Amino acid sequence: MKQLFTLVSLAALMPWATAAHWTQFRGPSSNGTMPGTELPSTLSKENGIAWQIDLPGRGLSSPIVLNDRVYVSCSSGPKQEKLHVICFQASDGRKVWERTFRATGRTMCHEKTSVAAPTPTSDGERIFALFSSNDLVCLDLQGNLQWFRGLTQDYPNASNSLGMSSSLVVTEGVLGAQIENDSESFSAGFDVKDGRNLWKLDRPKMANWCSPTVLTTSGGKTLFGLQSGKGVTAVEPRTGRIVWDYKDGASPVSSSAVSGSVLYAPSQGLTALEFSDSGEPKQLWRAGQLRPGTPSPVVVGDKILVMNDGGVLTCGELATGKRLWQLRLKGPFSATPVAAGNRLLAVNEKGLAQLVDVSKPEGEVLSELDLAQTVLGTPSLTADGVYIRSDARLWKLRR
Amino acid sequence: MLRQLESNRLQSLGACLAVSLSLLMASPCFAQGTLTEAIQQIQAVSREAQGHELAQKALKVLASQSGDAVPEILASMDKANPLARNWLRSSVESILQREQSENKPLPVVPLGTFLLDVRHSPEARAFVFDILSQSESAQVKSLLPGMLNDPSMDLRRAAIQGVLDQAVAKAGSQKDAAALLYQQALTCARDVDQIEAIVTGLKTLGHKTDLPRLFGWISKWKVVGPFDNTKREGFDRVFPPEKEVNLSAEYDGKTGKVRWTDLASADDYGKVDVNLPLGKLKETIAYCYTEIRVDRAQPAELRLGCKNAWKIWFNGQLVFGRDEYHRGAEIDQYKMPVELKAGKNTVLVKLGQNEQKEDWTIEWEFQLRVTDAQGTPITPLRAGVPAPLTASH
Repeated sequence: MKQLFTLVSLAALMPWATAAHWTQFRGPSSNGTMPGTELPSTLSKENGIAWQIDLPGRGLSSPIVLNDRVYVSCSSGPKQEKLHVICFQASDGRKVWERTFRATGRTMCHEKTSVAAPTPTSDGERIFALFSSNDLVCLDLQGNLQWFRGLTQDYPNASNSLGMSSSLVVTEGVLGAQIENDSESFSAGFDVKDGRNLWKLDRPKMANWCSPTVLTTSGGKTLFGLQSGKGVTAVEPRTGRIVWDYKDGASPVSSSAVSGSVLYAPSQGLTALEFSDSGEPKQLWRAGQLRPGTPSPVVVGDKILVMNDGGVLTCGELATGKRLWQLRLKGPFSATPVAAGNRLLAVNEKGLAQLVDVSKPEGEVLSELDLAQTVLGTPSLTADGVYIRSDARLWKLRR
Repeated sequence: MLRQLESNRLQSLGACLAVSLSLLMASPCFAQGTLTEAIQQIQAVSREAQGHELAQKALKVLASQSGDAVPEILASMDKANPLARNWLRSSVESILQREQSENKPLPVVPLGTFLLDVRHSPEARAFVFDILSQSESAQVKSLLPGMLNDPSMDLRRAAIQGVLDQAVAKAGSQKDAAALLYQQALTCARDVDQIEAIVTGLKTLGHKTDLPRLFGWISKWKVVGPFDNTKREGFDRVFPPEKEVNLSAEYDGKTGKVRWTDLASADDYGKVDVNLPLGKLKETIAYCYTEIRVDRAQPAELRLGCKNAWKIWFNGQLVFGRDEYHRGAEIDQYKMPVELKAGKNTVLVKLGQNEQKEDWTIEWEFQLRVTDAQGTPITPLRAGVPAPLTASH
């Protein structure tokens, strides 16, 4: 009943959260899946690719999908100082519009990542894109600029010389961002209408590459979950007021997954935290054997899957954290897999997409597709297909 | 069309400016006062979303303009801050997209005229180059040979790439011609990756390059330390050299008395390695001091690369500081505008080392040069502290 209420509340808060839309990093529930979608039964270069198109710049942000449009961020130029937000038609990959901006913050980052690392998000009316340079862009769905913030102009020491990658979340008219680093470290809530700060919260002075989540309690209240190396802090989206603070530490790289009113945090392995309208979250279980690497945990029905960077996929029981099986995929991995039904799609850094049947007793690789390009970004999934991007290309795989 | 402009740039420039002006004045598509006011409201956006409310309304005014308004909007980027420039360029993209959907032609001549006028904002001109490249790629590229010394680093880079390509093509059979092309590129290049490609090309042909001179590294320093940086608390602590630089003084350091000593870098990339005089220490602070002398007052940039925590004072004023350790360094990582005085100017660098023990956290070093806004080293410039060893900071 609680789960049903949560789903109803989620639909009320995010009317665009249907199987046609994938509007943030790891999907509407930040867990790598979405009800009502399916993955293909096999991967094939001949019949499986609906379309592919070259991109004008680098990036490991995920595409986001809203209705019949796909939105992608890129960065180009010798220092990746040119920032792109591009809208494609989902049916055929035709470019609908492109907007370019000039970075106002530092673009230096490790060669493995890029300035277009954070995944954009949408509230159904607007597209929000953040870059490692801390440039924050808001466009309407037709590509008209609504506002532009240069957060390094505002807060000059808010940067990481290895690059920033935390993605955006949005709820209740507030855009949430974690601009966390060794120096001027903060999280903030921005008014979606004009980009002004609704709140700004000092955060631990430590590098942080993981992404925030939107938590919806069984009573229908929403919170931002801010993860860092210290743990997870839940704040009210409109005010930034801290509602609870879990302090047992967490990964600064892989991000928490959410399912119903439970947060699965990469903490001490994996820790399931049930949150409610008030008070501290209740720890349901902790599983030291479920230890995610760079990829974040994925929820698939009654299972939760984690993967280390080398490609060992570990399946656990969602209700208890009990380890069920392990399967070695061909790694290495940076991207988080996506899942639907009984299938999981994982794309390794070399661009090898691997389709796994997670309902088999030990898991089973069903099919592979070599995209032959470096892929570090997490795929996106709708009822219509799967979107995968590299530094140079965007593919749509048929469902 | 743009080939004609190239053949007689000045004449075309004047003619096209006149055409643009007359179009601008005659256009029925916008009210001049409204457009100017809207531009000013966007130019007023500043930190922490100041001015957004008015700018959002103004953006709608701009986006509704015809293509005739584009040169004026582009020109307004000349006096806009980096935030406002992004608002303005986005309005141009909205206008041009709408006009394209209405099958209206790209205003090639006004845009080309704008591109060729080096008085305009380098960013705006590079933006126009990109716009024109989408439909007039060959013609626009034909303008590049004239842009080897362009104020826009983007345009200059593209022009240099053309020369580099020629040099590479000739390197096998026409070595002298290739060397001259490399030299031509080297006098204009400011991007480090291009400079390195040129230097490598010249080396292959048997020519050496004086890299420290080329980059203009500040290589002669005085250093004192170590001071205490346990728990990284020394970054905010004020040690005596921050109050006064007295090169003959003796201070209480982390483990005993410390005095200023000479530190000169012979590194091709100007790295000033504090580990050399002080040892491979941890949780420590060092100060490096030098003086630079120039013959006239001028604006300049301190360009620093550093993977340790640092603060920098120029002529006694704190310019910037950053308490990040071992996340990476690169040439010109931080660019800080300063005003050089004629004669002596002082530079004091505070350099923090933290507690990390990994191999990649041993470095305790920085690289610094003084350039103009384009990255050209300021010359003539003399760096170092002349004897006797006394100075007031």
